[in-house]
Amino acid sequence: MKKELKFTVNGQPYELYIKPKTLLVEVLRNELGLTGTKQSCNSSACGACTVVLNGMAVKSCSILALQANGGDVLTVEGLAEGVKLHPIQKAFLDYGAFQCGFCTAGMLMSAKALFTENPSPKTEEIRESIDGNICRCTGYNSIIRALTAVSKGEYREEQ
Amino acid sequence: MSNYSVIGQRVHRVDGPEKLTGGAKYTFDMVLPNMLYGKILRSPHPHAKILSIDTSRAERLIGVKAVVTGKDTLGKKQGAWRRFPELCDEEILCREKVRYIGDAVAAVAAMDEDIAEEALDLIDIDYEPLPAVFDPLEAIKEDAPQIHEGVELNINVTRHIEWGDVDEAFRKCDHIREDQFKCSSQAHVCMEPHDAVASFDYNGKLTVWTSTQASYYIQALLADMLGLREGDIRVIKPPTGGGFGSKFELDSAQFCASVLSMKLCRPVKIVLSREEEFTATKRRTPMVYYLRIGAKKDGTLLAKEVRVITEGGAYTAMGATALYLTGFFSSFPYKYPNYRYDGYRVYTNTAPTSAMRGFGAPQSTFVGESQLDMLAEDLGIGPIEIRRKNGMTPNYEVPGQAHIQSCGLHECLDAIEKHIKERGKLPPNRGIGIAAYGFMSGGIFNWFNTPYAFSAAIVRINVDGKVDLFTGACDIGQGSDTTLSMICAEELGVRLEDVRIHAADTGICPADLGAWGSRETLMNGNAVKKAAADAKRQLLEFAGAKLGVNIVYDLDIKDRWVHLVERPERGVSYFDIVRGAIRGRDGEVIMGRGHYTPHRKGMISPAYSFGVQAVEVEVDPETGKYKLIDVTTAHESGTVINPLGIEGQLEGAIMMSGGYGFCEDQPMDEGKILNPSIADYKLIRSLDMPDTKILEINTYEPEGPFGAKEAGEGLTNPTAGAIGNAVYKAVGVRITDLPITPEKVFRALKEKQNRQND
Repeated sequence: MKKELKFTVNGQPYELYIKPKTLLVEVLRNELGLTGTKQSCNSSACGACTVVLNGMAVKSCSILALQANGGDVLTVEGLAEGVKLHPIQKAFLDYGAFQCGFCTAGMLMSAKALFTENPSPKTEEIRESIDGNICRCTGYNSIIRALTAVSKGEYREEQ
Repeated sequence: MSNYSVIGQRVHRVDGPEKLTGGAKYTFDMVLPNMLYGKILRSPHPHAKILSIDTSRAERLIGVKAVVTGKDTLGKKQGAWRRFPELCDEEILCREKVRYIGDAVAAVAAMDEDIAEEALDLIDIDYEPLPAVFDPLEAIKEDAPQIHEGVELNINVTRHIEWGDVDEAFRKCDHIREDQFKCSSQAHVCMEPHDAVASFDYNGKLTVWTSTQASYYIQALLADMLGLREGDIRVIKPPTGGGFGSKFELDSAQFCASVLSMKLCRPVKIVLSREEEFTATKRRTPMVYYLRIGAKKDGTLLAKEVRVITEGGAYTAMGATALYLTGFFSSFPYKYPNYRYDGYRVYTNTAPTSAMRGFGAPQSTFVGESQLDMLAEDLGIGPIEIRRKNGMTPNYEVPGQAHIQSCGLHECLDAIEKHIKERGKLPPNRGIGIAAYGFMSGGIFNWFNTPYAFSAAIVRINVDGKVDLFTGACDIGQGSDTTLSMICAEELGVRLEDVRIHAADTGICPADLGAWGSRETLMNGNAVKKAAADAKRQLLEFAGAKLGVNIVYDLDIKDRWVHLVERPERGVSYFDIVRGAIRGRDGEVIMGRGHYTPHRKGMISPAYSFGVQAVEVEVDPETGKYKLIDVTTAHESGTVINPLGIEGQLEGAIMMSGGYGFCEDQPMDEGKILNPSIADYKLIRSLDMPDTKILEINTYEPEGPFGAKEAGEGLTNPTAGAIGNAVYKAVGVRITDLPITPEKVFRALKEKQNRQND
């Protein structure tokens, strides 16, 4: 029996009928074609599937899509405004805070949730905010530097 | 040096905006019309005969379109060591026997992954379990089960390296040490799993999109295995989510998807699960090391003797190369006048061991740098001093093996010595350990038996001045697309944004051996530089005629300005020259070609990078728990093409090799890996990551493009050894088997305490 899911993704309202057991990440990737959100561990241990749901970072492989019913989801596709990159994306580019790019969407969304809650977090808080996101390429420190620069307002004029 | 307009700039990655916005389409994201989804059935037994396979129940499941087993293949065995047919020992879809838990036996294509998964449960296989052996030291015994027919004592490969007179030299030593070490396994944990979309069409052409480090290898190996011509197979590498050595062999996703697609003439996609990633792909080679080292009283190293037994797992894979490289790099980075290495790779009924970033050198560096500190302490010499006394220098000849041109090891030692002094007196239970290392810039080996150049590139200049660069190099995240675009732009005299790179698509790009052995910057970089120079020469011929310059003048292009080298103000726009040159050639675009195969550079590599790393740890003597506080690395990789890229390689290497030293492990029980998930396999996360600092040492490598050499894998070599040495400095216990877990430190501290109490 399929159930109705009504929610907003990147500002766009959607109404879908889905199997109740469908995960949020499956709806985003397979139903909506938003493949920027990745899956890597399928056990909510790596953070690659992180999206922002109602302002909070959630691992979209660890919740059912129906748990997002009525909610507001932001994915990596919703970060930039047209061709204008979001300040966090700009900082990632400047600081080389990604390599293979497969964890990047999750990192960006964890960071986005952090900055929504606290626009100027301390470095330790930044480190904690991405502790649930594994990156096998960068060693994290370039990501920390990028986010610290955002936190210090270096990208404010673009916000 | 500062004459460059592109090289040395901190440029944004050329794939940056796409990867940051979710626009980059990985194989993982691909969906084709009419596409099916595949799953692979794997052996639950470490060693068993396949008596029968009945797929009829699975085939009847609604939604299943095909089930294949080894009987649907040509029954060939494959491997990347194609020059040695006996080492091509992996069928991928096993026909008669399985050799490890995870060996593939059947594959299903169905309407979706759930149906394919369900169908796996309906395949009936009758196995006859055989006695199995898991430890290489057991597997070489007379009465051990034989894993491959005709392979005595399960010895898969042996390697011998020797120079000087080792036995005579040991007689002259004032001090000799003998030690034994154990190096553990490690999983690559690429964030994108192994995956492939294979599409066979009615014209008999196979196209495979796959996450790979070597699209040409996959093309060639698929051709061998499927009985197709190479030219009928097009392998395309979309953005790839990490490789680290795990993705340059033909894998089960690529092969099974191709076999299924050829049966159905429909696209088939296979993505390995995270559990399959841990249990059914390759991994770092565990090694048992026996080392004998001899020196004079003053610390001059006279001789080293190394014996290694590696756990091969079920197949040769790239393990034969790891066996060789761990042997060669056991001499690094020192001038041993006498050296002997004997390595034995032994088959076991475990997941095959193969290439992983550093390729045998993280193991040899851990054991070698640990033992060197032990020897130095015996002799009352400091760690920096003993390394300085014996360290390699520029233009050093490793007898009969290798010629080292650029080498900044001593400058690195100076920089690290200064760093340690600056840290001053450390609080109790803190220690700094160092490790010196070196690595190759691509291997001069052709066991793959390619008839092509090792690297090649084509540069096409279009009428608007836009440059299309075609290369077989594989960007797997390390940034080769950016590096090679920079080399092309610099040589041609245009801007980075003028270059558009087309890489790793065997349908349109020249063959390249791929992204392994830290080969792309030097080897592909040389090919790209030559291709760009060839294209530039054609432009300059036209420019010379147009400008009517005296032939004694040299022409060049810099930042889109075609000019006289001696009088840079006299010139003309690059764009005008391109338009004119194409018109002058009856409309034919400008094409430049370049290739590179190393010659007369010894047997190992055309160039070597060097460095010294200092790791600072703080140990809790009550629990054995320790923290990585700071990792400072003095590194030289010739001319730095993209500083941002090098920083990324360095810090990423510390995460990976720090993990090798600190926490990553794959415990097994009867051949079964016990922690096949990211939740259970411990990696360094952001809170564990130490401060990292890079002290860049300038060198210039004559063989490299613009003086550059590798920066990808060498950085993976020192960390585990430096951690071991740091723990010893901090609390006086020496751990000789990886990983250096808190539990091992705790037990060693207890033992030390008990000894002191006795």
